[in-house]
Amino acid sequence: MNELLLILGMALVTFGVRYPMLAIIGRLRLPDTALRALRYVPVAVLTAITVPAMLMPEGTMDIRPGNSYLIGGIIAALVAWRSKNLLLTIVVGMAAFLAWRAVVGSV
Amino acid sequence: MTTQYTRQGEFWTGVKDTFPLVLGATPFGIIFGAVAVTGGLSPAAAIGMSVLVFAGSSQFIGAGLFAQGVGIGVIIITTFVVNLRHALYGASLAPYVKRLSHRWLLPLGFWLTDETYAVVIRRYQQPDESPYKHWYHLGSSVFMYTNWQFWTIVGVVAGQQFTGLAKLGLDFALVVTFIGIVVPLLVTRPMLACTVVAAVVAVLANGLPNKLGLMVAALAGIAAGMLVETVLNRHAARNAKLFESRQSPSFPANR
Repeated sequence: MNELLLILGMALVTFGVRYPMLAIIGRLRLPDTALRALRYVPVAVLTAITVPAMLMPEGTMDIRPGNSYLIGGIIAALVAWRSKNLLLTIVVGMAAFLAWRAVVGSV
Repeated sequence: MTTQYTRQGEFWTGVKDTFPLVLGATPFGIIFGAVAVTGGLSPAAAIGMSVLVFAGSSQFIGAGLFAQGVGIGVIIITTFVVNLRHALYGASLAPYVKRLSHRWLLPLGFWLTDETYAVVIRRYQQPDESPYKHWYHLGSSVFMYTNWQFWTIVGVVAGQQFTGLAKLGLDFALVVTFIGIVVPLLVTRPMLACTVVAAVVAVLANGLPNKLGLMVAALAGIAAGMLVETVLNRHAARNAKLFESRQSPSFPANR
């Protein structure tokens, strides 16, 4: 019962965030400033998710070499920068992360 | 030469272009399924959450908080806050889908994720006149959704078999996917400013409750990008004017 409430509640608020902007805002004419702002959305949001995950994988700042999230992330960023290839970035980044974690990593 | 766009063609291109992101989401799906059942959700609830909520990070947080005995109201509010970024995605896609009927918008809205947004916005922004770009959007969405369901089930089964799967660090897959999306976009100074400011603020604001730091950092990054863009434009405009005023005396003579 509790589980059902949990899932329905989460489903409702998630849909409630996703759908209205997509469906309703599109019918309005957005001012130019808003359209300009929207171009920065992907970079801003994804950076704000990614960087803390790399620098503070356990909630506090960790810039020791033992932090595999940081090392793996830096390697992935270099691969992404040089190759601009998403698949290659994922494969190399993931491999670097797992290897580093197995050999030197504490986190 | 004109390319003939078809519904099917767009759909399958959407599927194909989403493949790398599906790959990145896969371990995340396994981990979610495994974590959810080891954390105390029933297998049916773990799968039900993937089917009905379909939002990776908030599913993790929801299952995690539920396991800690946090109240359902708090979990739902947290889910709302964590997913607020989707409102930004929705607003960003809205101009491109405004001609679609609600028969299209309802499922596309339900299926909106970080990954599909990142792939689909690039397609919509391409200058070609294909009338079927929403089929590309559909292909990306359906692929992400079915993949997420499949790996959630695998994770649920694995989670019941093995313990310690959650400690493998497969959560890094999400980080590496986002890096692969963002880095190639950092080619202009406003975009660089946006990412640097978003990064710094995200770290500083990490302690805010309910992942609010994410929204604060995103807004700060957007503001920084726009500010730098405005400054550069003004600068360029002033230089152009200066150039013009230097040149102008000779113009009449040249005519």
